[in-house]
Amino acid sequence: MSETLTAGGTRKLQIWRGDLTSGQLVDYELETEPGMVVLDAVLEIQRSQAPDLAVRWNCKAAKCGSCSAEINGKPRLMCKTRLDHLPADEPITVEPMRAFPLIRDLVTDVSWNYRVNEQITPFTPRENLREGVDVLNGDFLIDQSETDRISEFRKCIECFMCQDVCHILRDHRMHNRYYGPRFMMRIASLDMHPLDGVDRLDQIADEGGIGLCNITKCCTEVCPENIHITDNAIIPMKERVVDQRHDPILKILGRTPNKGRSKPPARSATPEL
Amino acid sequence: MAIEHHDYDVLVLGSGGSGLRAAIAAAEAGARTGLVCKSLLGKAHTVMAEGGLAAALGNVAPEDGWTTHFQDTMFGGKYLNNWRMAELHAKEAPDRARELEHWGAIFDRTPDRRMSQRAFGGHTYKRLVHIGDRTGLEMIRTLQDKTVHSDVDVFMETTITKLIKDGDRVVGCFGYRRATGEQITFSAKALVLATGGSGRIYRITSNSQDCTGDGYSLAYEAGAEMVDMEFVQFHPTGMVYPPGVAGLLVTEAVRGEGGILRNALGERFMEKYDPKRMELSTRDVVARSIYTEVKEGRGTPHGGAFLDVSHLDSDYVKRKLPSMYDQFLELAGVDITKEPMQVGPTCHYFMGGIKVDADTGATRVPGLFSTGEASGGMNGANRLGGNSLGDLLVFGRRAGFGAAEAAAQVGSVSLPQEEISAAQAEVAHFLSRSDGDNAENPFLMHRELQTIMGDGVGIFRDKEGLTQAIDRLESLQGRVENLKAPSDRLDYNPGWQLCREVKNMLNVSLMVARAALMREESRGGHSRLDHTAYSDYWGAHNIVIHRESEHDMTLTPTPVLTRDELVELVEARKEAEKAA
Repeated sequence: MSETLTAGGTRKLQIWRGDLTSGQLVDYELETEPGMVVLDAVLEIQRSQAPDLAVRWNCKAAKCGSCSAEINGKPRLMCKTRLDHLPADEPITVEPMRAFPLIRDLVTDVSWNYRVNEQITPFTPRENLREGVDVLNGDFLIDQSETDRISEFRKCIECFMCQDVCHILRDHRMHNRYYGPRFMMRIASLDMHPLDGVDRLDQIADEGGIGLCNITKCCTEVCPENIHITDNAIIPMKERVVDQRHDPILKILGRTPNKGRSKPPARSATPEL
Repeated sequence: MAIEHHDYDVLVLGSGGSGLRAAIAAAEAGARTGLVCKSLLGKAHTVMAEGGLAAALGNVAPEDGWTTHFQDTMFGGKYLNNWRMAELHAKEAPDRARELEHWGAIFDRTPDRRMSQRAFGGHTYKRLVHIGDRTGLEMIRTLQDKTVHSDVDVFMETTITKLIKDGDRVVGCFGYRRATGEQITFSAKALVLATGGSGRIYRITSNSQDCTGDGYSLAYEAGAEMVDMEFVQFHPTGMVYPPGVAGLLVTEAVRGEGGILRNALGERFMEKYDPKRMELSTRDVVARSIYTEVKEGRGTPHGGAFLDVSHLDSDYVKRKLPSMYDQFLELAGVDITKEPMQVGPTCHYFMGGIKVDADTGATRVPGLFSTGEASGGMNGANRLGGNSLGDLLVFGRRAGFGAAEAAAQVGSVSLPQEEISAAQAEVAHFLSRSDGDNAENPFLMHRELQTIMGDGVGIFRDKEGLTQAIDRLESLQGRVENLKAPSDRLDYNPGWQLCREVKNMLNVSLMVARAALMREESRGGHSRLDHTAYSDYWGAHNIVIHRESEHDMTLTPTPVLTRDELVELVEARKEAEKAA
């Protein structure tokens, strides 16, 4: 039976207002409607009480990943968080993500993520694709099971909440040494593509800084798409780095490129925040 | 003070699928290319597309081919389509789909490991390449990464408020950086408008907040022609409850995978309206059917129809429709594997748009091109699901090449100072609030506009309602110059942004309402209660709109662009429909 949606009556929100120089939580109150999400509340406050409230949003359907914020201290999409799922007896706090520089109010500068993405060598088909096995008259031949495996990572909507909650970035501010979970996952999706021909192992280990991740799984917990970032993307790549870089026999014989892949990615330093 | 300025051969406005594809093509052709997006890269409305990309690959149905796809598109568009566009689309979509896969996109597979294809309304065969119910996201991410690794400069969160002309020619544009409010100008030898649609003129819409018709309005003001603006697609299935999510899209893939529509009496009502195609009839028919059921008192508790997949295997539903499963569970508390959804029509897509040359995307204004939902013609009176994702690839690429080729013919361009000054004055005016100046609040005016459009220019229309709507829109026009941002700060000011967007949406609303009044018939996405039948005259004419002078919006019925070599295909389809 479907859950009964009830109007929440009046709710109190505390929204972080301010810029890089100063700011504080500001109290607001509003009448709620059944099923209202935090973004509805914030936009209603913007419309009726705080017209200069800066908030980034777009699809309001949990598909674009624009409206990430910290709600009651936890990274969440504002458009997917219902007021009536949050404790009714206390104000709801809404704050900007902390891992990125603040622009104003709830809006942060997430451009660092885009600079990291530019460093990652894109999908490049293998040179030795076999007709009838890998490709047929120009069409790629891929198994559904391979699609399913990569597809999990490609569900990512780039809300950057995994980056926000990752303590390597959030607390240790090591943006210039670690790409963060989002881009580990991006590399994993390229690496696991059955027809990709790039060996990204050194990039994962060096500029990517995968060794810095100590598997606390905070990223997985906040992912709105329920992607198993740590288990399915980061850990398999960590294992591969260990196998190939630290195996005593390979150290003597020299490492052979992964799975017969030969093209090394173009590489440059991890971007600064 | 000097303004930030950039100079390109080709500048693309809009970073949805068509804008990205245009930028990739322009860069490939050797043009110095810039891409401006109103939001962050990868957030455009294309990410919302769920069902798939229509391309007659014939992987699932070997008998499929471009001629059938062309005929389906023409039939779906009620023969008002630009024939050449429908032809190019049907012919080229398969190569564009393959190309995406070669750029790293991942789609669901057939048992023999090729791209799988699913059924969709109005398509004769299983034709839609897809990945679960998030095909648009897959395409955006693929195109985004291709763009980032092409030679394209990207300007994120940059709002463009005016196209700049030198004589007859578009030579660039003016806008501001959203984060700081700092002004910015671009000069470009060719400019591509890929700014999407304008769903935000309605309150109940599946569209992102960015969909405010900026491109329609900017192009119109710059002298371009618009076509088919009366044809607004109301997607039959949007969420109707809870109120905050009303309008949110429920993908057609739900019906493609076997979902059944019922009214409150439990009747499978599509049997009455289209017994042959049932739930997979064209979108205009299904939307009107649901609306009629509700209006005649057979609606669900929240004023919609039931859409049910609970008879399907629950694991299959979760695998094929994962976003829908999550969406209903999280937002409405409904488990769709166990109970029906409640759905109703929601404004989804603009068939109309900037009138372009099919082959190159050129408008009648030198230097100005358009593609994707921003352009019109491909879809005629009604778009088939899946054709927009094909459209944006086929015509995005063509517009990118078209613009690059045109740019190569131009020496250099410069921006006339008086045009820049006029653009500066406009954005400054929105901020210069003072006491007693009858300031209009953009948030409130936007609501008012949405109410007018919902009241008089919705899914069913008549002369009286349209005339009233036009009167009310014209009175808004008298007040639009008083729009003032409630706050005068420059950095990330939502009210300031909305002022120009409301102006754009008002332009678009007037186009839609006036064209809807002129078209005295019912066809595709346009239904007149006072003219319920097809008219032979209107079946052969598109309505073309241009700006004669500042307040003179001129509408001209113009013969449909046909093509001799396609007459046989079109007539064959018309005959087949008659026989059926």
